[in-house]
Amino acid sequence: MARLHEYKGKEILAGFKVPTPAGQTASSPDEVLAAAKALNKPVVVKAQVWTTKRAAFGGIQFADSPEEAKAKSEKLFGLKVKDFEIDTLLVEEQITIEREFYCGIIIDDSAQCPVIIFSSMGGTGIEEIAEAHPDKVAKAEIDIQTGLRDYQARNLVRKTGIHGKLQMQLAGVLVKLWQAARKYEARSAEINPLVLTGDGKVMAADCRITVDDYAVFRHPDLGIDIARELNRPPSKLDKIAYDVEKDDYRGTFYFIQMEQDFSKDDGFVGFHGAGGGGSMMSMDAAHTQGFKLANFTDTSGNPAASKVYRAAKIILSQPNILGYFGSGSGVASQEQFHSARGLAKAFIEENLSIPAVIRLGGNGEDKAVDILTTSTKGLPAPVEGYRKDDTAQFCAERLRDLVDKNVLEPEPEPGRRFVKPSFDKPYSFATLTGSITFDHGACADCDHKVCVESCIPEILKVENGVPVLAISEEDAKAGKCIECLACEMECIYHGKRGAYIDLPIAGLDEYRREVA
Amino acid sequence: MSILVNENNKVLVQGITGREGMARARLMMDYGTQVVAGVTPGKGNQTVLDVPVFDTVQEAAENTEVDTSVIFVPAPLVRNAALEAIDAGLKLLVIVPDRVPIYDVLEIAKAAELNGARFVGPNTLGLLSVDRAVLGMMGGRAKTAKEWFKKGNVGVTSRSGGITSSIAYYLSRSGIGLSSIVHVGGDAIVGTPHPEVVKLFQHDADTNAVVMFGEIGTTQEEQVADLIESGQFTKPLIAFIGGKAAKSGTRFSHAGAIVEGNRGTHESKVRRLREVGAHIVENFDDIPKVTAGVLANLK
Ligand code: SF4
Ligand code: SF4
Repeated sequence: MARLHEYKGKEILAGFKVPTPAGQTASSPDEVLAAAKALNKPVVVKAQVWTTKRAAFGGIQFADSPEEAKAKSEKLFGLKVKDFEIDTLLVEEQITIEREFYCGIIIDDSAQCPVIIFSSMGGTGIEEIAEAHPDKVAKAEIDIQTGLRDYQARNLVRKTGIHGKLQMQLAGVLVKLWQAARKYEARSAEINPLVLTGDGKVMAADCRITVDDYAVFRHPDLGIDIARELNRPPSKLDKIAYDVEKDDYRGTFYFIQMEQDFSKDDGFVGFHGAGGGGSMMSMDAAHTQGFKLANFTDTSGNPAASKVYRAAKIILSQPNILGYFGSGSGVASQEQFHSARGLAKAFIEENLSIPAVIRLGGNGEDKAVDILTTSTKGLPAPVEGYRKDDTAQFCAERLRDLVDKNVLEPEPEPGRRFVKPSFDKPYSFATLTGSITFDHGACADCDHKVCVESCIPEILKVENGVPVLAISEEDAKAGKCIECLACEMECIYHGKRGAYIDLPIAGLDEYRREVA
Repeated sequence: MSILVNENNKVLVQGITGREGMARARLMMDYGTQVVAGVTPGKGNQTVLDVPVFDTVQEAAENTEVDTSVIFVPAPLVRNAALEAIDAGLKLLVIVPDRVPIYDVLEIAKAAELNGARFVGPNTLGLLSVDRAVLGMMGGRAKTAKEWFKKGNVGVTSRSGGITSSIAYYLSRSGIGLSSIVHVGGDAIVGTPHPEVVKLFQHDADTNAVVMFGEIGTTQEEQVADLIESGQFTKPLIAFIGGKAAKSGTRFSHAGAIVEGNRGTHESKVRRLREVGAHIVENFDDIPKVTAGVLANLK
C-alpha cells in the first residue's frame, strides 16, 4: 500500500479546507529553526515515520523556543524507527486540545463499499476504545455513486450523542475527508485525533492516508516512487524491478528483497514464484529444506517472456545466493515455455554458477522443460526442470541436494563475463521494450530457419535466404513482436547463435558494479 | 448442471483484437464456450476467429444474443468496459485483468447491483464448468483443460488462480470429478467472493461437496462459516487456508481493525470454519485424500 506521511495527508486535507495546525516540514535542524521562527510561537516537532505510537519513542517533541526546537530535532534526525531513518520532521504550532475524536474511512470487502467511522472519543488506543465503548462509535456505508452527503454525516455524528454546532463542524470534516479519500483513491484515510481546540475550532491534529497501489498512476502529484508497502525504504534493486513493471501491463512482476546483507555461508537462495497462492506454498517448501529466501518474486498473469527474463536477471543480481528456486502453483494455465525461454536466456547470459531448480508444471510443460534444460546444457551449474506431478516439496529437495553438492563459487559479479554478441551483418529492429538483431552473415548458412518458424505471431519471413520482418518496423515496435524470445532461444536450442534480443534493464549494470 | 457458466452462455469478448483477448477467445471456443461476438472500440466491422467485432457492447447486444462478457482490456480501461457491458444489459461479467483500481471496482459493483448483474474478478483466471464451457483463461489450452479436469460432483472455489487449477487437477488425478471450478479473483474486493460461490454451489444439483482455497486478509472465509452456521450452506466443505507462515495480515489502519474486528487472520479463519464443522486440511497435498474421505461418508 502506498502510505502517505502525516504532512502529505494534511496537505491533502488542507486542500479540501479541513483546518490543520499551521506548520511546515524540515529536513535539517536549521530548517527546524527557521520553521519555528516563522511560526513565532511554541511548536511541536513530529517525526514523519510510518508507525503508530510515535510518542512512545520520543517522536513527538514540544518546544517553547525555536532554539529548543532545533536542539530537540538534532536527536531525531537519523534516528531509526523500524528500519526507516527519520529524515523529515513536521514543525507545527502547538494547539490546545479541549476534546479528541476519531474519524476514518475504509473499504469494506463484505459490504463492497467504503465505510465511514466516527468516534466521539479519539486519540491513542482507538481500537480498544471502539471495543470497550461501542456506543461512542458510529459507522455508515457510503454509496459510491452519490458519496457522503452532509445530512448523512450529521446523522452519523448524532448517533454518538453530539448535537448543535459541534455536530455541524464535525460533519463538515467527515464530508471533506470522504471527498479527499475519493479523489486520491484511498484504501484508508484517518484523522486521529480530530480535535476541538480551546478556541472552538475543529482541527485535524494527525492524518494517515493510504492510497490504492493500483491507482497511484492516476496521481503523479503525490510523488510516490514505489507503490508498495514495505517495512523499510525500497532498496535499489526493488526500485529497478519496480521500473520494469511500472509501464508493462503484460502480466505481473512483483519483486522485493527480503534480505540484503548476507554471506554465502548464510544459506540464502533466490526465489521466483508464479501466482500468489502457489508462491506461498513453494516458499514454505524451500523453508522446510532449510533455505532462507533472499527475495520474493512473482511473475504471473501470463507475462511476456521478456518480463520473466528481466525478473531472473534481477534475482540473479543478488550477491551470495546459493541457488535459484522457481516454483508456482504447479499447474499453470499459461504456456510454460514462455517462462522457460525467459529463464534460459537469463541463465545463459549469467553463465550460471549456482544450481537452479524450476517447477514448470502446466500447459506445454514437456516442451518447457526441454527448452530449459537443453539450452542450458554446458553451463557451469546444473539446471533442472520439473512438471505438474512433481510437488514443490520434491523440487525443494532437489535444490537442497544440488546446492549441497555444488562446488562452484557464486559469481562475485554475476553476468560479468557476458558480452553482447557483435554480428557481421547485423539486421535489427526495435520491440516494445528492447531490440532484436539477426546476424545475416550466419543466417545465410542456416538450413532450418527455425527462428521464422517458431515466431508465434508470425511476423518474420525469409527473404533472400535470411530472416527479416514480415511487418513494418513500427508495428513490431508497437507490440506485434510479443517478445516471446522464441527466435533467439530456438536458434540457440538448435545449436546456433544467429539472433540476439537486447532487453535492457535500467540501472542494473550500475547496481551490479556497486555491489561487487 | 453446474454454476455460472455452461455451453448455453452467449459470450462476448471485450478486447478481442488484443494479444490476450484473441488468444483466450480461441481457447474458450476450443473448449466449447459459445463465443458469439467481440468488442474493441474503433475496430468494429471486422471478424476475428469468425466472430463479428463491434465498436460498442450496445451494438453487439443489438446484433447478437450475448448475455455474458469476458473482459481482456488493460486495467485502466476496465471500469469503462465493465460499465458498458452492464449498461448494455449483460448479466455475467468475468474481469480477467489484474491491477484494477479499487474505486473502479466499487463503481462496477454498484452498477452491477443496480442492474441485477454479476461479475467475477477482477484479477481472475476465470471459471470453468467441466466439459461444458470456460470463461477467462482457466486451464489454458482446451486439450489440456479436458485432460486435467474430469467431470464429477465436487465444486472448487479459490482465491488463487494457479491453485484453482492445481486443486482441480490433483482431485481429478485421484479420481474425484468436478462440477465447476471458480477463481474468485485475487483482489480485496471481488464481485463474486467465496460466500457467493458456495451459495451457488448449494443450489447446484450436480455439486455434492465443495473444496475452498482461502487466504489471509478479507472476511470471505469467515462469511462462508457464517453461511454454514445459519444453514444457508449445508454441503460438506473441505477448506485449506494459505498464508499460515505469513506475518498476520499487516493492517494498514485502525479503521480496518474496527470494521473487520478479529477477522481476516489465518487463525480466525481456521477457527471459525472448524467451529461450524468444515473439514480443514493442514497439508495442501492432502486435499484429495480428505475430499475422498468426505465423499465416502456421503454415500
Ligand atoms: S537466427 Fe538462427 S535460426 Fe534464424 S536463420 Fe539465423 S541462424 Fe538460423
Ligand atoms: S520476433 Fe517473433 S519470435 Fe522473436 S521475439 Fe518477436 S514475436 Fe517472438
